[in-house]
Amino acid sequence: MSTFYFIAFLSIFFSILVITAKNPVHSILYLILTFFTFTIHYILLNAQFLAIVNFIVYMGAILVLFLYTLMLINLNKDSEPVKPFMVKVAGVFGGGILAVALTSSLKLVAASNPVVLQDPNLGLVKNLGKVLFNEFLLPFEVSSVLLLSAMVGAVLLATKDPKTAA
Amino acid sequence: MGTDLIFRIVLIVIIFLISLVVAMYSTYAERKIAAFFQDRIGPNRAGPWGILQPLADGGKMFLKEEIIPTNATPFLFIVGPCLAILTACIGSAVIPWGQKMVVGGHTIDLQVTDINVGVLYIFGVVSLGVYGVMIGGWASNNKYSLLGAIRAASQNISYEISMGLSIIALLMLTGTLSLKEIAEQQHGANWNVLRQPLGFLLFIVCAFAETNRTPFDLPECETELVGGYHTEYSSMKLGFYLFAEYINMFISSAVMATLYWGGYNYPGMDWVLAHTGPAIGPLIGTVVLFAKIFLFIFFFMWVRWTIPRFRYDQLMDLGWKILIPLAIGNIVLTGVVSTALKHFGF
Repeated sequence: MSTFYFIAFLSIFFSILVITAKNPVHSILYLILTFFTFTIHYILLNAQFLAIVNFIVYMGAILVLFLYTLMLINLNKDSEPVKPFMVKVAGVFGGGILAVALTSSLKLVAASNPVVLQDPNLGLVKNLGKVLFNEFLLPFEVSSVLLLSAMVGAVLLATKDPKTAA
Repeated sequence: MGTDLIFRIVLIVIIFLISLVVAMYSTYAERKIAAFFQDRIGPNRAGPWGILQPLADGGKMFLKEEIIPTNATPFLFIVGPCLAILTACIGSAVIPWGQKMVVGGHTIDLQVTDINVGVLYIFGVVSLGVYGVMIGGWASNNKYSLLGAIRAASQNISYEISMGLSIIALLMLTGTLSLKEIAEQQHGANWNVLRQPLGFLLFIVCAFAETNRTPFDLPECETELVGGYHTEYSSMKLGFYLFAEYINMFISSAVMATLYWGGYNYPGMDWVLAHTGPAIGPLIGTVVLFAKIFLFIFFFMWVRWTIPRFRYDQLMDLGWKILIPLAIGNIVLTGVVSTALKHFGF
């Protein structure tokens, strides 16, 4: 349990750093650390497959693309352009209202029972696969076709000759 | 439990040392092989046949002046090479180096840890490897470094997809993600490469791209980018980047040998095992595994000194328009053939 609190503290700590870091590249690096702590959370929950997939997909692919884009657009300026005063006031106001809404919604939340793991092997690939292919076959297949078609579409867009396309 | 833990720690240290020594002597082998291909002699001054050359190089790297450029981000500038070498080293944890050894009543497992998502772990480590290059290239605050880093990122992501797809076809046959079970299934000469030749071809091409070896070494293409992502690096920080490449080569050779070329298995291993006993027999398997690894490392070098590097658009074309369709085709083919074989009762 103490491991959980330590990792949870790190998650929150790094996610605060993500939004307070001045340099966008630094904030992406903190985001990577935040996702790394999520991976540890999954391992603590015995969900090894989810942990490693979170690791590969979020840390290994999506955040690399984030970093890639930021490095390209952030070549020479370290600071953001100065925003007008009214925009800052509006931002503070909006954020404050959101904070009030979130804290008030906390009143409705009852403390949940600590998670008791019924089956320690629940998160293994074999069990996860059985659940996915027996109970959630249709949504699983549909989403896989969606992802595959997105990839094929990207390749197709790249293959298209600009002369004939125009 | 206590002795098991001690064996494991010893094994970790041994594997770490072996990776470092292999990486060290890979630099020597690379220079000798390059010399052979170019009809030269190669390094021959330090020690007999120049075999102390890696030590001399290492000493030189350590003693050179440490330079952190004024405009660099100091912390990330140091984190870059550290991450590169860290990700290169942790990949070896799930590779089965041999069968179980029995010495004096103790069973020794020649694998640091057998996690049931071993293949994915390797994959995760590989995908993390790009951060060392990206962070180092960005923190240098140099346009050549940045271009090198960006090239590395896009190249790694592109080739990871076809690498993953080629592994999926293999997993359809093995039915497990544990590298230990995959190695055990290939007992004798029942190697996966016989059933997945196209998958192996795709995997080795992607391995070349992921380790930034020629013909995919565009991140450090010196004719266009000075030194690529490590332009600003000096002394041992540069050494870490170069070293990480060789360790990556060693680990990816080990992964290829384990996934496709039978790992520690070889024809007639049962006969050898029966005649040498459970203490020595598994070690012969380990030697066989290392022979395969060295063959792959030689292959990496052979290709480097034979084939010129790609142009960047050719690299992207190869990754997205040739390898990915081939890998998807391979998955379909594997599915159809294995289902047909099962259906007609072979």
